Amino acid sequence: MSSIDKNARYRSSHEWVRKDGARIVAGISDHAQGALGDIVFVELPEVGKTLKQGEAFGVVESVKAASDVYMPMSGKVVAVNEALAGDPALVNKEPYAGGWFIAFEPTAPAEWEGLLTPEAYETEAGKE
Amino acid sequence: MNLIPEPLAFELSSPGRVGVALPKCDVPATPVPAGLLRTELKLPELDELTVVRHFTRLSQKNFSIDTQFYPLGSCTMKYNPKANDAAAAQPGWKGAHPLVGDARNQGAIELVYRLQESLKAIGGFSAVSLQPAAGAHGELAGVFMIRAYHLARGQAGRVKMLIPDSAHGTNPASCTMAGLTTVTIPSDAEGGVDMEALRAACDDTVAGIMITNPSTLGLFERNIEAIARMVHDAGGLVYGDGANMNALTGILRPADVGIDVMHFNLHKTFSTPHGGGGPGVGMVGAAPALAEYLPGPLAVEKDGKFSMATPARSIGRMKAFYGNFAVLVRAYTYIRMLGEEGMKRLAESAVLNANYLKVRLEKHYEVKYPRRCMHEFVAMGDVAEGIRTLDIAKRMIDYGYHPPTIYFPLIVPEALMVEPTETESKETLDAFADAMIKIAEEAKSSPELLHSAPHLTPIGRLDEVAAARCPVLCYRG
Repeated sequence: MSSIDKNARYRSSHEWVRKDGARIVAGISDHAQGALGDIVFVELPEVGKTLKQGEAFGVVESVKAASDVYMPMSGKVVAVNEALAGDPALVNKEPYAGGWFIAFEPTAPAEWEGLLTPEAYETEAGKE
Repeated sequence: MNLIPEPLAFELSSPGRVGVALPKCDVPATPVPAGLLRTELKLPELDELTVVRHFTRLSQKNFSIDTQFYPLGSCTMKYNPKANDAAAAQPGWKGAHPLVGDARNQGAIELVYRLQESLKAIGGFSAVSLQPAAGAHGELAGVFMIRAYHLARGQAGRVKMLIPDSAHGTNPASCTMAGLTTVTIPSDAEGGVDMEALRAACDDTVAGIMITNPSTLGLFERNIEAIARMVHDAGGLVYGDGANMNALTGILRPADVGIDVMHFNLHKTFSTPHGGGGPGVGMVGAAPALAEYLPGPLAVEKDGKFSMATPARSIGRMKAFYGNFAVLVRAYTYIRMLGEEGMKRLAESAVLNANYLKVRLEKHYEVKYPRRCMHEFVAMGDVAEGIRTLDIAKRMIDYGYHPPTIYFPLIVPEALMVEPTETESKETLDAFADAMIKIAEEAKSSPELLHSAPHLTPIGRLDEVAAARCPVLCYRG
C-alpha cells in the first residue's frame, strides 16, 4: 500500500506539490515511484525557467520506462534537487522528502485550489 | 545450455601467443613512426583454436528463433525461412555492386521494383520507398513527408502530431527529431483512441496523427475510419505505424481505411532477421497525395528497362544506394513463396495463435482489455502478492522461453505482451502455456523461486539499476 503526504496536493498524473513559505516544492507520489520501479535517472529543468501548469518539466527514467513529469502549477523554477543526479533512488526511498524534484515560485497561486486533495488522489490512484 | 560463465577474450589472453604465423618479410623493413604506435591498448593475445572455442561457446549461449520460442510482443519474432538466405546468397546478388550503374544492374533494380510493387499491393499504396533501414527510420521519413506536404501548402503552423498513449515510444521520438511537437491522446475504456479527446485536439495546428493498428494492446482500432476522417477534416494527415502489420496482411489494405503514409517492417512481417540478426528495412508506402515526397531514389520501369529515380518533391535520401539490398532479396523471396493466399493465411494464423494462447492463459494472468485480440495480447504479471512481471519474465528463461515484452504498453500496469506469430505449432503453444501456468502456480507456492530467477543460466538475476546507472563497458584488467 503506497503512502501519501497529507500536507500535499496532487495531480492525477501523480505529481505532488507542497507549500514551503512562498515557494512550492514538487515531486512524484509514492504510488508513482512504486509503479515506475527502480529509478535510474531524473532529468530536471534549468533554474529560472518559467513553465505553465501541465507542461512537462522533467523526465524520470526507471528500469521499466521513461516518463515525462508535468508542472502541477504554473511557476518559475527557483531550485532543483541536485542530489538526484548522484542518487536517483532517493525518489524510490523518500518520494515526499529527499526525493523532491523542483521548487518554484507560483505565477498563478489560485491553481492550488484546483488540485486533488490527498483523499481525492488516494481514491484516484486506487482505481489503477 | 552450458552453465559455465564464458570469460572475456582478455582473460583468455597469454603474452606472446598468436593466431597466425606470417611469412618472412621479403621487403626492407620500415619501422612504424613512434608517434603512430600505441602501447596502452592491451589487445588480447590468443591462438586460433581458443578464439574459435570462445566465440562458438558464446554463440551457444545465444537465444535465437532458431533455438527457442520467442514470443516478444510487438516484435513479430517469426521464423526466418532458410530459403530467404539461400536466395540472398546467390552469386548474382552477392556480387552485385551499385556503382556499376543502372544498365549493368538491371536484375537488382528489377528486384527492388518488383518488391515495391508487391508491397504497394499489400498496403494499397500509390508508391513505396525501400530506403529506411528500420521501423523508426521509416517513421522519421513519414513525419518528414507530412511536414514537407504542409510546408508546400504554406501551412508552416501545422506542427502538432497527435499520438495515442498506447503508441510505441519511437512515435513521439520521431516527431521530436523532425521538429514537431506531440500531443498525447488518451485511450478509452476499451483500449481504443478516445474519440472525444481526439476531437478536442483537432485544430488548424494539427500536422497529423500517428496510429498503430492493431494497437500495441493487440486490439483492432475499430474507429480507424472515423479517426482518419476526423484528422483529415482538420487538415491533418494519418501516419500508420506498421509494426503490427502481421495481423492484417492479405486481409486489410491500410490505405483503404484512410492511412496516408505508413511503414512496414520487412524484418518483422516479411520474415527477414532482426533482434541482433538484422539489418532491417522499414519501407514507407504512401497514398497519392504524399507519393511525390517519398525518400528516393525508387526503382522505376519504362519499356522493360529499369532505373532508379527520385520523386519530384522527395525529402531526400535516407540510406545509401538501394537500402539494405540483401534484406530486400529475402523479403521478396518470402512474399513470392507465400503468394496472395499465403499472405492472408499468415495473418489468420497469427491472430488464431494469439487468441489460442490468450484463452489458455487469461484464467491465470489477467488481461486488462479482454476482448478478442489480434496477433498479440497484453496480460499482467502481478499474479500473486509480491510478484511482479519482471519475476515472471526471469522465471520463463528457466523454462527455455524468451521472455515476452514487459512493462509495455505503459498504460497497462505490470504488462506482459505476448506475440506467438503464425510460425509456431500448436504443440509449441501448448508447451508454452503449460509452463506459464506452472509459473503462475509457483508464484503462489514458492515465490522465492521467482524472485531469484533465472537459475539455469550462466549468470543469475542481474542488478538492472546498476546496469543502467554504472555500466562497465571497457575491460578493466
